[in-house]
Amino acid sequence: MSDRARGWGLVAPALLWTTAFFVVPFAVMAAMSLARLDGRELIWGVHWDNYAQLAQPHIARAVVVSLEITLTVTVISVLLAYPLAAIIAFRVPERWQRLALLLALLPFWTSYVVRSYSWLLVLSRQGIVNQALLGLGIVQEPVTLANTRLATVTGFVHFFTMLLTLTIYASLRQLPPNYARAAADLGASRLRTFVHVILPLTLPGIVTGAFLTFVLCIGDYVTPQILGGNNELTLPQVIMVQLGRRADFPLASALALVLMGLVALAYLLSSRWLRIDRV
Amino acid sequence: MTMLRASAAILALAAAPASAQTINALVWCDHTDPEFLAPFEEATGIRVNLREYEGTGAALALLEQSRPGDWDVLVIDGIDVPRVVEAGLMAPLPEGDLPVGDFFPEVVMEASTTRDGVTYAVTEKWGYNTLSFNAARVDPADMQAGLGALLDEEYRGRIAIYDYYLPVIGLAAVHLGLDTQTLTADDLPAIREVLFALREQSASVGEVVASQTALATGEVDVVVGGGEWLTAALSAEQPELTWTIPDEGAVLWTQSIGVLADSRNPEAALEFVRYVVSPEGQARLATSSCYWGMPANRMAGEHLTEEQRAALRWDEQDGYLARAQLYPAPDAALDAAMQDLWLEMLQR
Repeated sequence: MSDRARGWGLVAPALLWTTAFFVVPFAVMAAMSLARLDGRELIWGVHWDNYAQLAQPHIARAVVVSLEITLTVTVISVLLAYPLAAIIAFRVPERWQRLALLLALLPFWTSYVVRSYSWLLVLSRQGIVNQALLGLGIVQEPVTLANTRLATVTGFVHFFTMLLTLTIYASLRQLPPNYARAAADLGASRLRTFVHVILPLTLPGIVTGAFLTFVLCIGDYVTPQILGGNNELTLPQVIMVQLGRRADFPLASALALVLMGLVALAYLLSSRWLRIDRV
Repeated sequence: MTMLRASAAILALAAAPASAQTINALVWCDHTDPEFLAPFEEATGIRVNLREYEGTGAALALLEQSRPGDWDVLVIDGIDVPRVVEAGLMAPLPEGDLPVGDFFPEVVMEASTTRDGVTYAVTEKWGYNTLSFNAARVDPADMQAGLGALLDEEYRGRIAIYDYYLPVIGLAAVHLGLDTQTLTADDLPAIREVLFALREQSASVGEVVASQTALATGEVDVVVGGGEWLTAALSAEQPELTWTIPDEGAVLWTQSIGVLADSRNPEAALEFVRYVVSPEGQARLATSSCYWGMPANRMAGEHLTEEQRAALRWDEQDGYLARAQLYPAPDAALDAAMQDLWLEMLQR
């Protein structure tokens, strides 16, 4: 058997898998996004009506809301995860680091839906946060925390901080300790060492985690649906509404492709500026 | 008890002959309660595989993606029965085989469930989309007054809206004195005003569990679009959570059941439908752990406890039914316009 044939043989399973479960469904979805509903009947063809729906204020707003929430969550999660990962990597004794990472992963062990409803109870007007605020005399009346963007962001950050901690921790652990020592020998302060040595070298880990956060967050339906109280809709929520009763698959497909386009854009920006492809 | 029954059902199935039949049913979550299902499986040896879904669109997609014969029974929103009958998805039900004569006449919905004199589905459960509230925190007289009272500044931030556009649009129409069954696009501007005003007052818009949680935790005091299905199951632990039909009226929801035309086990599927609409099956379905609702078969009342009948307001149904209209059943174009209106309201 030639090398070429052996190469094809090795790559064939992955190729078939990708074709069957990504390329074909993607092609169907793309074709569906150009179809339209006539009453309840699906009309195949090339119609741009579904994409024109993006101009509708409530759909355009959903795109903006999705981006705002996703970017907020990504930034906050990075800011929280980096120190946590650094503490685990540099301050926690090596024999306890595995346990620390295990504890960091604990939120992943709970069902996503259960976790979101738990946050709803925690943030409710009679929940533990409001009880604490009232008990400490910080507020006189319970404040509205549940069913807000704050609740959605809190639920997301709880989850994604842990994810980012893992990717950043991996980057920090790969850093040879001599780099920091060399910088110190050359008279660099701790801050200067961090900004000019450690941070640039751990950027791939940050960006990997941030990109994963972006992808998972912008496509998530459950958290904003449960915690946001439908007070503003994200793009996945608008897509679900199309599918729920009317079965408007053409419009849902078009919106799903727009969502995919946003993810692709995020990937392009990340890979171009921060060389995510080399991580 | 639930566990015992479920275990008994499992043991019964294990002991059943190899030829025992299996049917596959596309259902709403109330059918998944072992208290409801186990007695049927024990008595008949027919195993029922259930698949929950939400939204008729999801059910149609599942049917379309399945092989013919994969599914035997379909539970569906009462107003969508004509949609699946027109699509040729439902099998005729034998005339006179089911106790439709014992049903509450208002929910038989013959115009939806029959076509050319042939019955394709029967109503199995129904209830109201109306106002659920915490009687310890709001004045019941305000609830009796209807949506108008909720627009008062006093209720700002104390309201949740059930996240389903048809019943809530129906409630807005009832508030405006419109007939929910003859709504047109011309009615939408007035309905829009009511919806937007309610939205201004509301803290959240949520599906079933979110609405229940909001009311039970005190996050809100009123759920617009709620009803017995929202509060009856909570009444034992929180008797202050209750519901009423305002004087201006409310809307009715119904769910129907039928046998699919491609069923591989039509006899077993029909046997299941017979059980569902029997008085015993109806009582169990009405008080399913997922959500409560009124049984279509009036004879189920004999199998409900006093507490269950009280939670369902069994003795007040005549007055309630007189003030209720079916929720809107729009054609495709009006449906799309209503959904867009709903999205616009949510996104405000």
